[in-house]
Amino acid sequence: MTFRKYLVLVGVAVFGSVGDSLLSRGMKDIGTISLSHLQSLVVALANWWVLGGIVLLIGFFAAYMTALSWADLTYVLPATSIGYVIIALIAKFVLHEQVTTARWIGILLITSGVGFVAGGPAFTPLPEHSSPQPQQEHEPELASTRGDS
Amino acid sequence: MVIASVTGDVLLSKAMKQVGDVGNLWENHGIFRVIRSVLRHPLFSLGIAAMAIAFFALLFGLSWGDVSLIAPASASLTFVGNMIAAKLFLHERVDRRRCIAVAFVACGVVLLAF
Repeated sequence: MTFRKYLVLVGVAVFGSVGDSLLSRGMKDIGTISLSHLQSLVVALANWWVLGGIVLLIGFFAAYMTALSWADLTYVLPATSIGYVIIALIAKFVLHEQVTTARWIGILLITSGVGFVAGGPAFTPLPEHSSPQPQQEHEPELASTRGDS
Repeated sequence: MVIASVTGDVLLSKAMKQVGDVGNLWENHGIFRVIRSVLRHPLFSLGIAAMAIAFFALLFGLSWGDVSLIAPASASLTFVGNMIAAKLFLHERVDRRRCIAVAFVACGVVLLAF
């Protein structure tokens, strides 16, 4: 794992959590949406908070795709779950929601889980006897450039 | 939302593994070639479709409750579902360390809902 790859994981956590928080702020302006009024979703797209959230979530998606190209799904998801801690902090200090003792314990558990998985390997190579280059089924000229995890 | 999210994660992970390390590809072939090869991958399109369903399900949920409630509740189930799906369909080596990490994070996000 290089410093740049850790930065990508931080980007996944920060962009995702802040983007979700902006969406939450915007949807509070829109109000409850029922299945019989789906056109309200289009109205939601005109809200600046929702638009900002969508822009950040696009950044999240780009970072997430990058991380998945060199790390296992079961590594990326726990390693970037620190974003839920960021959401809880934003909820308390920006959205002024209540953060209870149980939530602080949850934050501690998530942080511990992130520490567990971050200390292990990011990518588990396939066994020797398995198919050696499955990615050559598609875009063979770009394959076999696995990173230095 | 959980089913759509797990399906999308697995499909996108599979697609990106087949594309290869984005950082190295960017250096060797340029960003536009990377974007093109990602966008043209069939599993990527299917993954996007599944994630779009999960996104609109999240929008519905966020219009009903707090982000600190909706996001953790769905995410805790998604973590467990992804671990099982990654082992079954992506053949990832889910060792004790990763099991403990997923369990800690899943329990943690559940506690965030209280």
